[in-house]
Amino acid sequence: MGKMNSTGRETQIASSAGPAGLPDGLDAAGVVEMYRTMILSRMLDERVWLMNRQGKAAIVASAQGHEAAQVASVRALDPSRDHFLIYYRQFTAMLALGVTPLELLCGFLAKSGEPMSEARQFPLHGSHPRVDLFSFSNVVGTQLPQAVGVALADRLRGDQGRVTIVYFGDGAASQGDCHEAMNFAGIHRLPVLFFCENNGYATSVPLQRQMAVESVAVRAAGYGFPGVSVDGRDMFAVYQATKDAADSIRAEGGPVLVEAKVDRLLPHTTDDDHTLYRSPDDIGQMRGRDPIDVTSRALRERRLMDEDGDKSIRQEARRLVIEATDRAEALPYPDAEAMYRHLYAE
Amino acid sequence: MATMNVLEAVRDAMRLEMRRDPNVFILGEDVGARGGVFLATNGFVAEFGEQRVIDTPLAESSIVGIALGAAVSGMRPIAEIQFGDFIWPAINQLVGEAARARYGTAGQRNASMVVRVPHGGGVRGGLYHSQSVEALLAHTPGLKVVAPSTPYDAKGLLISAIRDDDPVVFLEHKRTYRLVRGEAPEGYYTEPIGRAEIKRRGEDLTVITYGLMLHYTLQAAEQVSESEGIEAEVIDLRTLRPLDVDTVIESVRRTSKALIVQEDTPVASIGSEVAAVIADRAFFDLDGPVRRVTPPDFPPMPYSPLQEAEYMPSPNKISYAIRQLIDL
Ligand SMILES: Cc1ncc(C[n+]2csc(CCOP(=O)(O)OP(=O)(O)O)c2C)c(N)n1
Ligand SMILES: [Mg+2]
Repeated sequence: MGKMNSTGRETQIASSAGPAGLPDGLDAAGVVEMYRTMILSRMLDERVWLMNRQGKAAIVASAQGHEAAQVASVRALDPSRDHFLIYYRQFTAMLALGVTPLELLCGFLAKSGEPMSEARQFPLHGSHPRVDLFSFSNVVGTQLPQAVGVALADRLRGDQGRVTIVYFGDGAASQGDCHEAMNFAGIHRLPVLFFCENNGYATSVPLQRQMAVESVAVRAAGYGFPGVSVDGRDMFAVYQATKDAADSIRAEGGPVLVEAKVDRLLPHTTDDDHTLYRSPDDIGQMRGRDPIDVTSRALRERRLMDEDGDKSIRQEARRLVIEATDRAEALPYPDAEAMYRHLYAE
Repeated sequence: MATMNVLEAVRDAMRLEMRRDPNVFILGEDVGARGGVFLATNGFVAEFGEQRVIDTPLAESSIVGIALGAAVSGMRPIAEIQFGDFIWPAINQLVGEAARARYGTAGQRNASMVVRVPHGGGVRGGLYHSQSVEALLAHTPGLKVVAPSTPYDAKGLLISAIRDDDPVVFLEHKRTYRLVRGEAPEGYYTEPIGRAEIKRRGEDLTVITYGLMLHYTLQAAEQVSESEGIEAEVIDLRTLRPLDVDTVIESVRRTSKALIVQEDTPVASIGSEVAAVIADRAFFDLDGPVRRVTPPDFPPMPYSPLQEAEYMPSPNKISYAIRQLIDL
């Protein structure tokens, strides 16, 4: 297990061996549950992409390829006390946090009953009545200073032991807000976990055109806290790195930056065509390391799940997606007049 | 009643609210040991500690963004932008984020924060210490924009702003800080956001203004009263969003003439909006055009003294415009 170091030097993390070869804090049932969430996410994701092509979902940003990183990062935290600032690609993370497939579908279809913004906003934007998460905006990077403010509020109230995790992409890492947020969090050693899902692209612009360094994680050194980079297709590695980061933050160790290197299997959104800027070879290679396959294999190798188990997980997910789709499609749109509420406190 | 200047009123309001509510805290550049460049938070670190009076790095976007994150988590931050001219790096967190936090969550989150902004010219501030920044902010649904002109209003309105559950931009005219003294109660009181006030009664015309220009307008009103017996009614808007349209319309219906005085440039400004509202709701009561006194349509504002004076509206320019409107 790699150690956090305050120089922020990139640290390679290997999955550690606890009982049954699982990282501390994970048991067999928990691991299968994570896989179940990944499968549900993938199937729902495929469904909404299709519904975009059918003209039913106006826009979709897919999480395909990000599932392992998202599910493991949520699992490593404690949703009963931690704060989650997500961004538009956090499909799997939201399912892992207990947002239902129906609620997500209501977001994509802009249907009545959508819990986060009453369908005023793009999918996955707003706040959630049951889960401590928010994503106000589409403007990348804005959530980073806001997360620092959430952590500062905990500090001012003397509310200890809570972590604020803020998710962002490699593209968002170029925003000035990212620098300002990390700088402030570093100075005040605030309990913030900066979680970068580095999929190598900001829409069409590859990493080499976004930054002169190898990883986002190395930048942490400039803010006086540790940064680690992990293989985001490896659920166990992401879990371990995020858990270590959260433990260190809870022990008042100050912020940590965790970077999960993932693939974005689909174009940026339903409005994009990634064959314009990615070679067939690249796309093929990426598909060969799909985190769903990687995880399925790992679970079977560790005998946490067998072929039949996998099959029944997929069947169950398919059933849930169909059921949620039918229910969402039957719902009305919110009334036009509902747009006039909630500009100011009522 | 005590006598104080606008700066003391601002300081008093913050101190009282910091004592009353542990969720109130301050963040900004030099607000700590220095007490703010204008000394608005003078002595605050000693009384409230560094935790609640936070010296931030020189980074406006995060000052507002961090305030927003804390606000939607239940705190009541007061963010200080050192000069209005430096609010632009923070405009996305303010206009893009804070203003929409409630609307974009369908009422689930309160962006209960105040952004205090010393602004305005006539202080030899040149192009980057003189700007009026209200037009864009007042244009933004979801924000409230307050621009007091007297110590009484500054204190009562700032207490209201701190207690408000929506983001309030509080524009303090730098030239009024020490220049304008007046009476204000010692302890707690509030003035309502969204209410204009008639600061001088008159029947010959209505002059609508705010901020430093209120004082110049009152001087101009006295000049024309003494010299020609013209009695101007002077309305201090006090809040620029939401605009107190009713008070303006009621007055214009009585006087039949409207003049708007502002320090901001004319195009797409507060005056444009007030003129549009008068044209819409009091058109048939008017017996003359709606006129405006503004600076020329150039960037605020030259540093060199003759040019600065040329730029700024003054009591003489205002009284000239009043006479012209009456003589039409
Ligand atoms: C400030 C801003 N500029 C541009 C955009 C348009 N845009 C949306 S997502 C995106 C790419 C973001 O890439 P990254 O942060 O790596 O996240 P990813 O989509 O790859 O998960 C761009 C350019 C935006 N939303 N916000
Ligand atoms: Mg990316």
